[in-house]
Amino acid sequence: MMDAIKFVYTVPGDDFSAAGQASADLKSKLKTMGVDPKSLRNIAISLYEGEINLAIHAGGGQITVLVYPDKVQMFLDDEGPGIADIPLAMTEGYSGASDAVRSLGFGAGMGLPNMKKYTDEFDIQSTVGQGTHIKMAVYLKD
Amino acid sequence: MKIKDIAALLSAQILTPEISVETEVHTACGSDMMSDVLAYVKDQAVLITGLNNPQVIRTADMMDMVCVVYVRGKKPDRLSLELAVKSNICVLCTDMPMFSCCGILYDNGLRGA
Ligand SMILES: Nc1ncnc2c1ncn2[C@@H]1O[C@H](COP(=O)(O)OP(=O)(O)OP(=O)(O)O)[C@@H](O)[C@H]1O
Ligand SMILES: [Mg+2]
Repeated sequence: MMDAIKFVYTVPGDDFSAAGQASADLKSKLKTMGVDPKSLRNIAISLYEGEINLAIHAGGGQITVLVYPDKVQMFLDDEGPGIADIPLAMTEGYSGASDAVRSLGFGAGMGLPNMKKYTDEFDIQSTVGQGTHIKMAVYLKD
Repeated sequence: MKIKDIAALLSAQILTPEISVETEVHTACGSDMMSDVLAYVKDQAVLITGLNNPQVIRTADMMDMVCVVYVRGKKPDRLSLELAVKSNICVLCTDMPMFSCCGILYDNGLRGA
């Protein structure tokens, strides 16, 4: 396989207004690289949801993106509280978010389901007290 | 209709003079929950919202939307406006409430996607 182009972002856990910077940056880079608009939107939305989750649920984390000719892989890693019941967290409408988070326009319980819906590959691993690791991929059309 | 028609219909102020208001738009969505917007939007061009933080603009940017309307007199902060200009998103602000805005725009031909 050809070498991937790699982008790495750190998502702060204490600056809600900065959340989304990584997704916006990646979106504009992929656009310049000629990624088709539909894949681009799918990548942008799923990474953005993941980035918001890192900021509001995990106290921050790290995003690694690998761009291959035929797909874009995204890894979201945090050392936050972890998720006890993954199937429950993956349910549309389930949210453990506080009222404070809700007042910021998030906490509809749609983030993880959206990420699964908008990607071609989605995997989540989580250990309570240790953190959460998500791996997603969107296939590129040519 | 064009963005400038939305501004006229809603008696809205245009907060991003550097962005064109001549862009044609056909679809809109109204919500205060950003991940609802991210979940259900197809090709909406306009986001009508009462939520006021930079994530509104980020969400619109991720969805390739071209116009954000703040209702009930909400005025976006400077970071939101900067992000909007960078993302080529036109920002309007009206004193009207959400329900009236959606009704007026629907009446004049805008649709959900
Ligand atoms: N990285 C994470 N670390 C710890 N908990 C998480 C993480 N991501 C999600 N969760 C938990 O899973 C729940 C569901 O996440 P999901 O993104 O689907 O919804 P939400 O963030 O609550 O709301 P929305 O994404 O619609 O704004 C969250 O409320 C939170 O309790
Ligand atoms: Mg979420």
